Amino acid sequence: MASFTRRTLLAASGTALATAGAGLAAPALAQGRYPNRPVQVIVPWGAGGGTDATARIVSSLLERDLGQPFNVVNRTGGSGVVGHSAIATAQPDGYTIGMITVEITMMHWQGLTDLRPTSYTPLALMNSDPPGVTVAQNAPFADIRALAEAIRTRPAGTFRASGTGQGGIWHLALVGWLQAMGLRGDHVRWVPSNGAAPAMQELAAGGVDIVTCSIPEARAMIDANRARALAIMAPARNPMFAQVPTLNETLGINYSTGAWRGIAGPRNMPAEIAGALQAALKRAYDNREFQEFMSSRGFGTVWGDAAQFASFMAEGDRAMGDAMRAAGLARG
Amino acid sequence: MDALIQAFGLVFDPFVLGVIAVSAVFGMFVGAMPGLTATMATALLVPVTFFMPPVPALGAIVTATAMAIFAGDIPAAMLRMPGTPASAAYADESYAMTKKGQLNLNMGVNLVFSVAGGLVGVAVLIAAAPLLAEVAINFSSFEYFWLACLGLTCAVFLTNADAVKGFLSLFIGLLLATVGIDPSAGAPRFTFGEVELMQGVNFVATMIGVFAVSELLRGASTVRDAGHVVVQQVGDMFRGLGAVFRRYWFNFLRGSAIGTVIGALPGAGADIAAWISYAVSKRFSKEPEKFGTGHVEGIVDSTSANNSALGGAWIPALVFGIPGDSITAIVIGVLYMKGMNPGPTVFTENPQLIYAVFLIFILANLIMLPLGWAAIKSARQMLRTPRNILLPMILMFCIVGSFAMTNSLYGVAIMLAMGIFGWFLEEHGVPVAPLILGLVLGEMLEQTFVQNMIKADGNWLAFVDRPIAGALGVATLLIWAVMIARGTGLLGARRAAAA
Repeated sequence: MASFTRRTLLAASGTALATAGAGLAAPALAQGRYPNRPVQVIVPWGAGGGTDATARIVSSLLERDLGQPFNVVNRTGGSGVVGHSAIATAQPDGYTIGMITVEITMMHWQGLTDLRPTSYTPLALMNSDPPGVTVAQNAPFADIRALAEAIRTRPAGTFRASGTGQGGIWHLALVGWLQAMGLRGDHVRWVPSNGAAPAMQELAAGGVDIVTCSIPEARAMIDANRARALAIMAPARNPMFAQVPTLNETLGINYSTGAWRGIAGPRNMPAEIAGALQAALKRAYDNREFQEFMSSRGFGTVWGDAAQFASFMAEGDRAMGDAMRAAGLARG
Repeated sequence: MDALIQAFGLVFDPFVLGVIAVSAVFGMFVGAMPGLTATMATALLVPVTFFMPPVPALGAIVTATAMAIFAGDIPAAMLRMPGTPASAAYADESYAMTKKGQLNLNMGVNLVFSVAGGLVGVAVLIAAAPLLAEVAINFSSFEYFWLACLGLTCAVFLTNADAVKGFLSLFIGLLLATVGIDPSAGAPRFTFGEVELMQGVNFVATMIGVFAVSELLRGASTVRDAGHVVVQQVGDMFRGLGAVFRRYWFNFLRGSAIGTVIGALPGAGADIAAWISYAVSKRFSKEPEKFGTGHVEGIVDSTSANNSALGGAWIPALVFGIPGDSITAIVIGVLYMKGMNPGPTVFTENPQLIYAVFLIFILANLIMLPLGWAAIKSARQMLRTPRNILLPMILMFCIVGSFAMTNSLYGVAIMLAMGIFGWFLEEHGVPVAPLILGLVLGEMLEQTFVQNMIKADGNWLAFVDRPIAGALGVATLLIWAVMIARGTGLLGARRAAAA
């Protein structure tokens, strides 16, 4: 670990010099093969989180493959707006790319930004994680059926759930699940939290009854025997958590959604550079190291090339718009 | 046990040990320079730690601050200029001792009791933090709401300034904390359509501005003056220490205990610990008339206290994410940057990193003995560093550090603006520590309040329904009552004087 990071330090300090040098030598080098100088990979979320970890493994594989440093830069804050905006507004020269996340199909419906999936050159979809249903270890529900029954029979507002901020992906997952059960989206009261980890802490402390974040995010508390996962909202079980059933097999509800992550650049990137990156990303995705890393964390892997990623996002954007309007979370 | 072995592996790595050695020398230098503080040492380390894994990054901060707090005693004893505000409480006493011809003993007492006090603070941290984390794992937003209230109240209660000015500073901090995306409804506030403002006012960049840039603005005149003074050479500083310890061992224990507790209280750090323990020492001394004439007793209390406060301040920072002093406020920023989000879960998820921090704390206090000796011996050369080389370097570090916090020029802009603003506030006698705490805890206060109201369906009694939340709430309200009583009492006295 230490040696890995020290290498990054050298690479990073080299970047400053290389960038300065490249600025002077740019005209001469412009004809060279892409990439001929370090590439910046912007991550809209903080260090240590799942998006950061995914971006770092992808970057290290790209670096080895393409022979130039791929430096991960965390641009956090503003519920993801700051980082997503930094990717979209960068020069579309292939030297600034970034990891975009499901929030790009949600934030503009909330009126937080004008950015939407079409503000980017999509390169590759790499990962998607379904929401889970997690309760405290000592909760009186044996399984998801018991919980669903309790939610249905008790009056609205009896149960409280958390997992992310108001209108975040796990909030919408709850709303979608409740609607699929024929209930109103606010039948279970949403308590906004600052991400999955604080929500799991609230769950363990008895502050909320349900957390709908993904199972990998809930894993630390589950491993510490403070929480139990009852279900995942996905078409199939996750091999890492094979004992957790899907909503479909238990409740007969065919509802699934997910938080996805993909690599994209600013709009109007040159086609040959986008093509080179897409090919390299495909090699990274197929790399055993990437697959092993993702499965060790319990993260789902999904591949979509540039065109598939674009249509996946367009479809997701429309679905999110409908869901958020139905839940009263859309603005304007 | 596994985690402890892992921690040893993490700390006794050549790179980490190298970082500790370099930051120890750096901390000694910054602390010994009048006008440069331990908080500034931490702020200047931010850009460097940015490129390091968590353990060396935290190690650098722990080591540099421990050294800086001790090193502040050196110019206090030699020039009557405290190197850091933490030595201000006993600078006169210490200088008086030097004038009596006891510079050797004075330096020895400062060094050895700094080391010992630091170790007491660490021992309490190691014992208390994991236990507290066990309790804190059951804390919900109700408990955190009251903890935030208590922390903010302490910040005002413990400042040396006028309570009104303390509250003014606190409310400015809380106002700044509202900039950005509203934590509960997700709506942007005070952003004026500016994307960068959506991330809010970065508190580490703010602290770099308030604690470093405002100091540069103040002219750092003391740094220049220091160069002109001829400093005496120090002889054998360890002679006579045994007698001091036998006579004043209780002062040492009391000073360390007070220091640790004050350090653990949010908003008050080593400087206030030193003031309070010096006052306590004088109040309970058998020979209070000797205080101020170069008497060693008060020095034992307060030099132990300011170093023990460092360890104490890490307790709430690690367990609750509530900084115990301005140094740990920066540490919290670094922890988030390294993905080691503070809170009770960090003790279960990354125990090896926490143990590594503990080990570095012990190590730092142990190497303080030889390094402190070397620093005292070379004080003459150190205090002559020309200001025109030092200040531009500090500004450079400030710029790099604030850039690193946001990865954009936004951090630099915040740093410069807050530097000027902080200087303006301090020139008018408004303390800046409550502002920082308001900025750091504002989001927690607001978010937990909204969460509580949602969970309880607007029922106010729920705030004191859970036993620990109730106790914390009562404690907060009691402190408010004391403050109001003090305030109105003061007003009454003033009115009487006017009449």
